[in-house]
Order: sequence, then C-alpha cells, then structure tokens
Amino acid sequence: MDSQTAVNKMAGKGGSMYEKNGRGSSRAAAWLRNWQLYLLIAPVLGYFIVFHYIPMYGVQIAFKDYIASKGITGSPWVGLKHVERFFDSFYFARILRNTLGIGVYELIAGFPVPIVLALLLHEVRSSKFRRFVQTVTYAPHFLSTVVVVGMLMMFLSPVSGLVNAVIVWLGGQPVAFLTEPSWFKSIYVWSGVWQSMGWSSIIYLAALSGIDPQLHEAAKVDGAGRLKRMWHINLPGIAPTIVVLLILNIGSILGVGFEKVFLMQNSLNMEASDVIATNVYRSGILGAQYSYSAAVGLFNAVVNFVLLLTVNRIARKMGGSSLW
Amino acid sequence: MLETRSERITGIGIYVLLGVVTLIVLYPLFFVLIASVSNPGSVIRGEVWLWPKGFSLVGYERLFGNKELLRGFMNTVMYTVVGTALNVVMTVAGAYPLSRTDFKGRHFFTFLIVFTMFFGGGMIPTYLLIKSLGLLNTFWAMIIPSAVSVWNILIMRTFFQSSIPKEVQEAAFMDGCSNIKILLKVVLPLSGPVLAVMVLFYAVGHWNAYFSALLYLSDRDLYPMQLFLREILVQNQMQEMVDISDDTLARSLMDAEAIKYAAVIVTNLPMLILYPFLQKYFVKGVMVGAIKG
Repeated sequence: MDSQTAVNKMAGKGGSMYEKNGRGSSRAAAWLRNWQLYLLIAPVLGYFIVFHYIPMYGVQIAFKDYIASKGITGSPWVGLKHVERFFDSFYFARILRNTLGIGVYELIAGFPVPIVLALLLHEVRSSKFRRFVQTVTYAPHFLSTVVVVGMLMMFLSPVSGLVNAVIVWLGGQPVAFLTEPSWFKSIYVWSGVWQSMGWSSIIYLAALSGIDPQLHEAAKVDGAGRLKRMWHINLPGIAPTIVVLLILNIGSILGVGFEKVFLMQNSLNMEASDVIATNVYRSGILGAQYSYSAAVGLFNAVVNFVLLLTVNRIARKMGGSSLW
Repeated sequence: MLETRSERITGIGIYVLLGVVTLIVLYPLFFVLIASVSNPGSVIRGEVWLWPKGFSLVGYERLFGNKELLRGFMNTVMYTVVGTALNVVMTVAGAYPLSRTDFKGRHFFTFLIVFTMFFGGGMIPTYLLIKSLGLLNTFWAMIIPSAVSVWNILIMRTFFQSSIPKEVQEAAFMDGCSNIKILLKVVLPLSGPVLAVMVLFYAVGHWNAYFSALLYLSDRDLYPMQLFLREILVQNQMQEMVDISDDTLARSLMDAEAIKYAAVIVTNLPMLILYPFLQKYFVKGVMVGAIKG
C-alpha cells in the first residue's frame, strides 16, 4: 500500500492527476497509478463477459445441432437449417404477425400518451394538484407484471369481474375478454399504457422544465394562447428527447416483452398471443429444442439491432438528435 | 393577469382531463383495496363500489395460513437484500472508473458494456450458460445473472462526472490517497442521493422479479413470492388455501376471489407504504438518467 501511494505521488507531482502529457514514461505511470481502478472494474467486466458475451458466443448453436454431451463448440455445424425451419414453420406467419402487430400497436398508442400527459401536467399551476396527479400516475410502475396481469383477470373476468358487471348492468352481454383472441392486443397495450404512462412522462417533464421561460413571455406579448404556446414552444422544445425515445422504442418493436405476454397467454387466445419470445420459451426451455429456439431468438435480436441502427441513422440525417 | 374566456376554458379542460386520467389510474388500485376487506359475496355480486361492504378479512386469513407463501415471501426478502447489495457494489465498481477522464480504456470499456443493451445472445444460450455453470436451482441463480444493470451504471457514471467536483478528488490525491480511498472517503459520502436511488431501483426489480425464477428454478422451496402469486392470480391454483371439503363450491369460489385481492395488497404493501416518501428519489434517478451520458 505504501509503495503504491509513493507511485501515485510521483506520478502526480506534475500537478493535476487529470493532466495529460504525451511522454511515454508518464503513460506507463498512468496505467500503474490507476491499477486500483482496473481492479475495481474487473469484476464488472468479468460479469459482462461471462453473462453477456459468452451467450453471444453461444448463439452459434443456432447454426449447429446442439448436443449436450459435445457442448457448444463440439456440436456439428448445420448451416441455416434451423433458421429455414423457422421460416417454413406453420407458426412463422402467426408469430411474426402477432409480434409486429403488438409492437406497432404499442408504439402508436403508447408512445404519444406520456408526451401529452407531460404537456398537460406542465400547464398545471397548483403544485398540490400536480403532485397528486404525479404520485398517482407513477404508482402502477412499481407493480409487478404478475400483479398487473392478475388485476386484469380480476377486473375482466366474465363471472366476477367488475367490467362485465357494468356491461351487464348497462344491458349488454358479458364479454370473455381474456380468452377472446380479438381482445388480446388491446388489453395488452392499454394496460401497458395504464401502468407506464406516468413514469414515462417524467423524462418529458424534465425536458419541459429546461425550456426558457422568456420564450413564453415573448409569445404571450405576441398574443399566443396557451394551446398555441404548448404546440409551438413546448412541443418543439422537447422534440430532441422525443426523437431519442422514439428511436429506442422503434428499435425494440420486435422485442415484445416475454413476461407479460406469457402471463396473459392461454390456450384459447394463442391465435393472437403467440409471439417470438413465448415461442422461444416453449420450444426451447420446455421443449428442449435448444438450437431451433436459439435460431428464432437470434433472428429476433438481429432484426431489432438492424432496426435500431437504421432508425438512428435516419434520425441523424434528418436533423441531429440520435443515440450516438 | 387578464385571461380571456377561451384561455380559461383551456385551463379548466386541462384540469378535467388530468382528473379523469388520475381517476382511471387510481380506481383499480382503490377497488382492490376495498374489495380485499369486504365480504367476498358482496364483491362478486358487484355491490362493492366506493366503500367496503360486509367487512371481512377471510382472504388475509387464508393467505397467512399458507406456509408455502410465507416461505416465498421470506425468499423474496432474501433475494432482494442480497441481490441489491451486490447490485450496488457492482454498479459503483463499474461506474467510478468510467467516470474518470484519466482512466485509460474507458471508451472501450463503456462500449463493451453499452453494447449489451442493444444486442444479446438471447434466452436459450443464456439458459445453457446458467445450466453449465451449475447455477440452476440454486439461490444464486436469482442473484448473479442480474448482478448489475447497464442503465444504472450509466446513471451512476453521469452522477459522478457531473456532481462530484474534480478538485476535491485531486486534493485528496495530492494528500496521498489511493484511488480506492478517494472513492470510499471522498466520492461515496457525496453520493448519498444517487445511492438511495440505486438501492430503490434494484430493490423494486428484485421484489417484482419472476422471469429468472421461472427459467432457472424448479425447486418450490426456492420460489420467490411472485411465482406463488402467479399461481394464485393467474393460474387460479389455490386448492390448499381454499377449503373445498366442508364448504359448498360457491363459497370456496368466493374465498378464492378474496384471496386474490388480499394477495395483491400484501405483496405490494411494503411498496405502497414506502412509495409516497420515496417518490422524489425515484424521480431524481430518472432525471439524472435523462442528462444523457
């Protein structure tokens, strides 16, 4: 420990430890001086290599016939057999349609809501009311997926659910929301909006608070009303934030989460609820067809990644804001 | 300030709209709460609307009488405590070096870490890895695979860069402090708020996690609460709690509903109590993240 402090002192005697100079000897000293930082980050890098990069290496089983006794490296190559099997499979069209359908529906319905909520909240002058709305709308974010799906089942149950009680009371017929395929996407998407709109609005509220109040004063002098100012000042003001989040959202359009779909899925609504992720789980984990389902998962990951890169490039070309 | 009539209408419209949204979010939560303490029969007949009716705690009684669920609750507490501790240590260990501009290789390391946010091997290769590491069906399967989150490392790094003055660190360095000593004695004591945010984010994640348990655990003794909750809420499996033997079927169906409402309340109780006090920290965390790094 003592010798290390001595090295630190020696290296640091030029002044700031952040000082950069090009001499070779001081570069070596910088490495030496910061050895503790490397020590600190080592377990973190180790974690990412083991739990993220080794699975990326392991994804080669998508092009092999995985045999447990031979391991990932030893299993024989079979080329695109599994990918082709997926493309030719009876379920391919259904899975892709559902995954894409839910993803797009979620984007169209779910993406604008937090923006509107933030714009409205920003207009509220009473801080009490504002805090109350925020406290309530943020709360569902902390419920687990299991609880949200459980609540959906309670409220939408044809026998004991509140929603159907109201429908019957109004003179209608009870609807089997959870087993009817045509309802699946809407229930999935709008319950998602219910759960996350408040939380997602925080980032826009942060962006809104950074808008120069002078712009509003000037617009008021020019006679612009509230709605006009929301539309012409606030919305353009948060446009960069919107673009970045839009890129991220489009990039994950095929990444329809496994957790919630899986819980909402049942044999009756399969027609509308079977997505890539649940299919991978069923054939891979439950069916032990490791290579085939790894191929399906890889297809998903690659499409997502390409989408992200494309959208990011388009956004950068069109006007600046991008992820990197 | 003079407001025109249309301005006033806009203002009222905004309040009304927000009021409706708030009601839509709040009512389901409120309903579960009152339904959980009402007579199950009244709930099923649709008589419970705004106030509990026929006060009854039968759902809670059945719930607490179930040993398996209690064990699940304890398991979740363990996963949350141990997991969060590891998460926070790993996050600091990753974020601090990356926040230092004199740390050689930080751009490469950042790329290595951030890349995993956008691309991954997927469910199956990860499952095979966990299997070959011998982690299946162990306590650590719930802890190690989610040891740290990229996003939180980025939040933490941004905080270190923007909120800890460089001069303080340099001064400590001139006094002969080693890097680890600077981190422990100078940086961390100044990082209270962001550490609180990290603890909260990670703890909520562990508390609500069911996916890794579904994948990696088959031993019921290790199940977290959320998996039992899934059986009760989603799969309607609660034969053990609903006493079919000496009751009519209708009665046990009612009890089943009561158990569901009570289960939602019990598992979210810690959150429901803590949340209003912690809200500002959560929001702060999102804000720190919003300052793009």
